[in-house]
This record gives sequence, structure tokens and C-alpha cells, in this order.
Amino acid sequence: MKILRFLSILLLTTLTLMPLQASETSNGKLNVKETVLEHLGDGYDWHITTWGHTHISIPLPVILYSEATGFHVFSSLRLSHGQSYKGFFIDPTQKNKIYERVNGKSTIRPWDFSITKNVVQIFIVISILLIGFLLTARWYQKHEKVDDAPKGFVGFMEMAILMVVDDIIRPSIGEKHYRPFVPYLLTVFFFIITTNLLGLIPIFPGGANVTGNITITMFLAICTFLVVNFSGNKEYWKEIFWPEVPAWLKVPIPLMPAIELFGIFTKPLALMIRLFANMVGGHSVILSLTCVIFIAAQMGPMIGTSMSVLSITLMIFMNFLELLVAFIQAYVFTMLSAVFIGLALPEHHS
Amino acid sequence: MQDLPALLTPDFGLLFWMLLAFTVVFVILKKWGFPVILKAVEDRKQFIDESLKNAREANEKLANIQAECETLLKQAHDQQAQILKDASDTRSKMIQQAKDEAILEGKKMIEDARNAIHTERENALRSIRSQVATLSVQIAEKILQQQLQNPSQQEQLIDQILQDIKE
Repeated sequence: MKILRFLSILLLTTLTLMPLQASETSNGKLNVKETVLEHLGDGYDWHITTWGHTHISIPLPVILYSEATGFHVFSSLRLSHGQSYKGFFIDPTQKNKIYERVNGKSTIRPWDFSITKNVVQIFIVISILLIGFLLTARWYQKHEKVDDAPKGFVGFMEMAILMVVDDIIRPSIGEKHYRPFVPYLLTVFFFIITTNLLGLIPIFPGGANVTGNITITMFLAICTFLVVNFSGNKEYWKEIFWPEVPAWLKVPIPLMPAIELFGIFTKPLALMIRLFANMVGGHSVILSLTCVIFIAAQMGPMIGTSMSVLSITLMIFMNFLELLVAFIQAYVFTMLSAVFIGLALPEHHS
Repeated sequence: MQDLPALLTPDFGLLFWMLLAFTVVFVILKKWGFPVILKAVEDRKQFIDESLKNAREANEKLANIQAECETLLKQAHDQQAQILKDASDTRSKMIQQAKDEAILEGKKMIEDARNAIHTERENALRSIRSQVATLSVQIAEKILQQQLQNPSQQEQLIDQILQDIKE
């Protein structure tokens, strides 16, 4: 058992170190900021490792719609190492996005529907979610209520679902109204937690920083924003535009309504920033600690070894912390969404 | 916006795929995933609650039945005792009746017998008397015939009879 634990820790640290091998530039210097940002960012291919001078990566399809030349679908291999294909190229000065060179000089950004690393990661996550939940649902369809309670995987899923429903959704929204929002909030919770946990695995099929991408958290926040405001009842809108405060706060200058209206938008904004910042923060710290090993290695064997031991210890600690954060952020996002929905459904108080 | 790292600028393609993926997973799970699971769990919870309630009721019923049983048993015992008592009463009554009847019958039979005996004796006595009378007449006839064979004796007798009559 002790050997097993030791081996798993060894594996964990090796895996954590692996992606960084690729980041050492050819002259031996390490650009920490670039490395970290590269690992946190999206990519047109899924870089796994660099062995010697060979890049090992999974090529992904690039789907583009150019207003000038129409639709294009091709492998990202054609754009690797700064190659250009049909006038498309990855512009390193423009955040490594694909640009099209039209009429020789001017470059424009085409509509980019490429299946990037993050998109693949999302597909993996939704496959896991669909398989996991549909298998669980199938188990329930095949069993009668008089049968034994589920064990193993289905039992775990049931526990997780009931935890979210009974501990987060029901108390936050209220017994009366919570039912219609359960599927949305469950989907959000399990999407976030699965993505977070997969993001902690350093190699394929995990490791993409999806919940630490502003697009994703923005999308989730917009969903919550729409759900909250479309389910808001009369009382909710009355409290925004005509809150029960002294009249001078709302008649000549609509001070309170303005603040309330502002609040509608700050709530989802806070959701968006919170999830994004937490995930980016955790990943950045782990990646930076990994970089420390490579920087220290260049300073000589003594410093290199001692710093490596220190940073590996810290990295293991951070990984455990991130496991916790992965759960907490999913929990918090779901709970705050539920609370906002609950606030949009106030009871009429006399 | 241009100076920010790619991480901080929303990307249209990613948003499109995220919207698609999230909508698909949400719609599928809303239709075939969560409701099935939640309903099953709810059903099971209700079933357990119901079972507990039923068990409690059954226990109460059992207790009631036990009490009822005891009452019934007691009643049966009482009835049994009553029946036994009645039976013994009836028996003694019947015996008594039979005895009475037997005595009565006996008495009657004895009476009849006595009557019959009396009649028989009367008859016998009557026939004996008539026989005796016949015999005595015959005997007297014979004696008279013997004695009155000689005339002296006839005279003597007549005298004697006359003597008697005179006295």
C-alpha cells in the first residue's frame, strides 16, 4: 500500500512536469510568462509533449468561414511551425489566432469555428456527463422502486445529484419554486466540476483550461443571467424599479432603481469573474511552481535539487488544494445561481 | 482589448461550440437524465415512507388482533363452561324424568298385575266353590243313597230330622 502511494505521487509529479518539457525554448532560456499563458490558453492542436525536437501533438480540425473565400476545413497540421495554408496562418503577434492574408498584405480575422483544444475538452466533458447520467438513468429505468438502493457508480451519482438538489438548489430557491430550475443547475454544477477536475489532469484527455477561460465562464454567467431575469416575478421587477425606500431616493433622480438595475448585471459578472479567476489562479500557481524547477535547474545542481524538492512539495499541496477548489467553485457557482434565482422569486410581503 | 492576453478576450468560435455543447447536454439530460433519476429517487423515498407507515399500522393491527384473540378465547371458555353446565343439568333432568317414568310405569304394572291376580283368584275361588258344591251334592247324594237303602234307617233319619226341626 505504501509503495502504491509512493508510485502514484511519483506519477503525479512526473505528469505535472511533462507539459513543461515542451516549453523550454531552443536557447535554453525559459520565458515563464509566455509558458504559463500558453498552457492556460487555447490552441489549434493538442500539444502533448516534445521529445527532443519532435513535437508530439494531436492535430485538430480547423473550420473557418472567410467572407472572401467561403468555408474551409483542414487539419491544424497544415498551420504548424508557422506554415501558411490557402492564405491562412497563425499570427503570433495576434494572440496566436488564425488570420487570413487577403490581397497580399492586409490580414483579416475569419469566422473561426475551429475545434480547438478547449472545444475538444468540452466535448470530452459532455460525453462523460451524458454517459454518466444516461447510464444512471438507465439503471433507474430498469429497476423498480421496491428493488435495493443502487450501489457503486449509480449510488455515487445518486448521492452527488441529491447533494446538489437537497443542499444547494432546494434551500437556495425555496421549496415552492425550485423544481423547474433543477435540470439547469445540475447541468451547470456537473459541467463545471467535471471540467475543473479534468483540467487538473496534466495530459490528454484532460489539462485544457476550460473553466479558466473567460468565454466559458461568460457563457455560464449569461445563462444564469437569462434564467434569473426570465423567471423573475412581478415582485422582483417591482423591487428593482420601485423599491420600498423613501420617495426622495427614487423620484427626482432614480437613485435606487439605478443601483438595483446595476445589480442585475453585477451579479452574473461576479459569477463570471469568480470562476475564471479561481481556475486561472490555481493553474497559474501550479504552472509557475513547475517553471521554478526548470529555472533552478539552470542555476546549478545544488540549488536546482533543493528548489525542485521544495517546489514539488508545494505543487503537490497546490494540486490537493485545486481538487478542493474544483469542487468549491462548482458548488459556489451553482449555489449563487440558485440564490439569484431564489431572489428573483420573492414572496409578496405585506 | 488588443493588449490583453488571449485568455481574457472572449472567443467567438469557442462560445459557439460551448453554446452548442451545453445546449445539447442540457436538453438531453433534462429530457432523459435528471427527471428519470429524481423521479425514481422520489418514488423510492415515498415507497420507504409508505412502507414504514404500513409497518406501523400493521403492528398496531397485530396488537389489536392479539387483544381480540384473547377476548375471543375468554368468551369461548365461558361458553364452554356454560355448555357443560347446561349439559349436566339436562342429563340429570333426563335421568330424573326417566326414573319418575319408570316408577310410574312400575306402579302401573304392579297394579295391573295385582288386579289380574285378584280376578284370577276370584275366578279360581268361584270355580272351586262350584266344584265343591257339586262334589258335596254328589257326595251327599251318594251318602243318602247308601243310607237310605234300608227302610229302618230311613225312618230313623226322618225322625232325627224332624227332631232337629222341632228343637
